Amino acid sequence: MQLANPVMTASGTFGYGTEFADFIDLERLGGIIVKGTTLNRREGNPYPRMAETPSGMLNAVGLQNKGVDYFVQHIYPAIKHLRTNIIVNVSGSDIESYVRTAEIINELEEIPAIELNISCPNVKQGGMAFGVTAKGANEVTKAVREVYKKTLIVKLSPNVTDITEIARAVEDGGADSVSLINTLLGMAIDAERRRPMLSTITGGLSGPAVKPIALRMVWQVSKAVNIPIIGLGGIMNARDAIEFLLAGASAIQVGTANFIDPTVTIKIIEGINDYLERHHYQSISEIIGALEC
Amino acid sequence: MCKNSIKRKSKQVLNAYLCAQEFIYLFIMRKYIQDFRVTDCTRLHANYVLLKLAQDTPLPKILPGQFAEIRVENSPATLLRRPISINYVDRERNELWFLIQLVGEGTRHLGDAKKGDIINVVYPLGNGFTLPSDNSKNVILIGGGVGTAPMLYLGEQLKLKGITPTFLLGARSAKDLLQLEDFARYGKVYTTTEDGSHGEKGYVTQHSILSTQSFDMIYTCGPKPMMMAVAKYAKAKNIECEVSLENHMACGVGACLCCVENLKDEGNVCVCKEGPVFNIKRLLWQI
Ligand SMILES: Cc1cc2nc3c(=O)[nH]c(=O)nc-3n(C[C@H](O)[C@H](O)[C@H](O)COP(=O)(O)OP(=O)(O)OC[C@H]3O[C@@H](n4cnc5c(N)ncnc54)[C@H](O)[C@@H]3O)c2cc1C
Ligand SMILES: Cc1cc2nc3c(=O)[nH]c(=O)nc-3n(C[C@H](O)[C@H](O)[C@H](O)COP(=O)(O)O)c2cc1C
Ligand code: FES
Repeated sequence: MQLANPVMTASGTFGYGTEFADFIDLERLGGIIVKGTTLNRREGNPYPRMAETPSGMLNAVGLQNKGVDYFVQHIYPAIKHLRTNIIVNVSGSDIESYVRTAEIINELEEIPAIELNISCPNVKQGGMAFGVTAKGANEVTKAVREVYKKTLIVKLSPNVTDITEIARAVEDGGADSVSLINTLLGMAIDAERRRPMLSTITGGLSGPAVKPIALRMVWQVSKAVNIPIIGLGGIMNARDAIEFLLAGASAIQVGTANFIDPTVTIKIIEGINDYLERHHYQSISEIIGALEC
Repeated sequence: MCKNSIKRKSKQVLNAYLCAQEFIYLFIMRKYIQDFRVTDCTRLHANYVLLKLAQDTPLPKILPGQFAEIRVENSPATLLRRPISINYVDRERNELWFLIQLVGEGTRHLGDAKKGDIINVVYPLGNGFTLPSDNSKNVILIGGGVGTAPMLYLGEQLKLKGITPTFLLGARSAKDLLQLEDFARYGKVYTTTEDGSHGEKGYVTQHSILSTQSFDMIYTCGPKPMMMAVAKYAKAKNIECEVSLENHMACGVGACLCCVENLKDEGNVCVCKEGPVFNIKRLLWQI
């Protein structure tokens, strides 16, 4: 998979891209990671699913989607012509369901890659269960690698003690790339009503509040693996994106920031170019991992 | 077998219809992100402001019941945009009006806006109310508290279609009843207040016109208990009824799936995209 630029949109925050077509030229993006897709339809968690927290937000969407067959029949035809990389974020409850979903996506000509979500904190069984042990992460990556022939990205959970161990297990399982981080498990309480703000009590934290953690993890993982890293978590502007590139990410994703400014991705692309020009770099590869310390 | 194929056929027809709707929506109802200039920000009383935002160029088509996602600058506690109903569209001045109740940091910041400030707005969002196709219909617009906001633009649009609506507006007390003279331009206005300081004493659903007059269509927006009481009345009298929901939102454009309402026919759908207006027949409310 080749990217025209390092800026992609994060799964679950950009719909299928079409929701943002009125605001930006989608073809200027390096890629669009579409909503989390599972083998069967999922209704997701009950409302309320969102709570704003200082410099961030918690969500507990719970992978609501109409299933992979619906994606193939109704959504893929509407977005496959887009001249950008459309990447499907795949989730499952057991190895079998990850593998079957990946097999189906493998047949779609215009999808150059999948992002395996082994890190969703919002579903009871599976999801994050695979992402929090090296053994689980290795097994699911290996099984999907056997059936999936194109670029395989594995998305890592920050809810672990040592993320480098998981990253190495995933590399060992045959992943072409890792993306990190997914949301951090968090909680918010309405003191007046003595109740949790989310129907699921806990949820996933995203937005500027998580950036320092994400940056630290990208830097650690870049020292631990040889495959390219996609960095994300709290990127709000070009400066944030450049920090991730310097820490060792080859590309970045923008999530929560799309809600605040639906045109932010284009501003980030332009801001990175300005930075390269200002510092007399010929290409982006010169700043990847260029942190001096 | 035969039954199944009919079922499949009707499903195809429905899908084709939904696609056509989506098509119309995509091409006619474009969404915009624009900077607006504050032309006026008036305290209506302690807790409400009327914020008027203008553009130099003509505003696009906006349906009554649609809303905007307003960016709140310089408010560290307000990361996300705030969804606010479009209260009125002044085409002569290219102005959008918003009636805002000051409940938290975000709305309070918006209330402090000064003439000339720039505010970024994503609009028009959501679906809007369904206007009756036949202008002999007797319609009533029931609003409570700040839920009266979308009723003003809806009232004007009904009037332009040749329908004179009845307004039934409820509030805690007289000082919480807003824009009454504006409403009176489009139809007859009835009020209720909880303390009896204006109109009839009590809740909107206790107002006498609901028993002395008959209506074909009810539009309502306000606190959820009020909307549920109105929906209950509509259901009992077998009157068509649309409600405007205020589920908490993040993106406002159908991308994050945070704002869902569980519907009888479709399960969880985004209030920001498929709503905020829903026919009560589709809701799972216990009424
Ligand atoms: C489609 C839609 C249209 C709306 N139209 C209007 C309008 O015309 N005028 C108006 O004043 N308000 C309207 N609201 C409600 C408004 O969005 C909230 O009051 C606002 O987001 C609160 O922001 P805050 O930062 O001031 O308060 P916060 O500090 O975020 O919250 C303060 C209190 O308000 C509650 N609250 C927060 N968000 C919402 C919400 N989305 N809906 C209801 N309560 C909320 C919180 O639970 C809390 O108790 C609308 C909401 C929606 C979804
Ligand atoms: C509302 C919402 C829904 C999300 N859904 C998914 C999902 O389906 N699959 C996934 O891998 N990540 C999902 N995420 C996580 C984001 O892709 C991203 O990893 C995280 O939000 C951190 O990035 P950010 O701070 O830039 O948002 C979701 C995040 C949000 C806020
Ligand atoms: S607010 Fe994001 S889908 Fe409705």
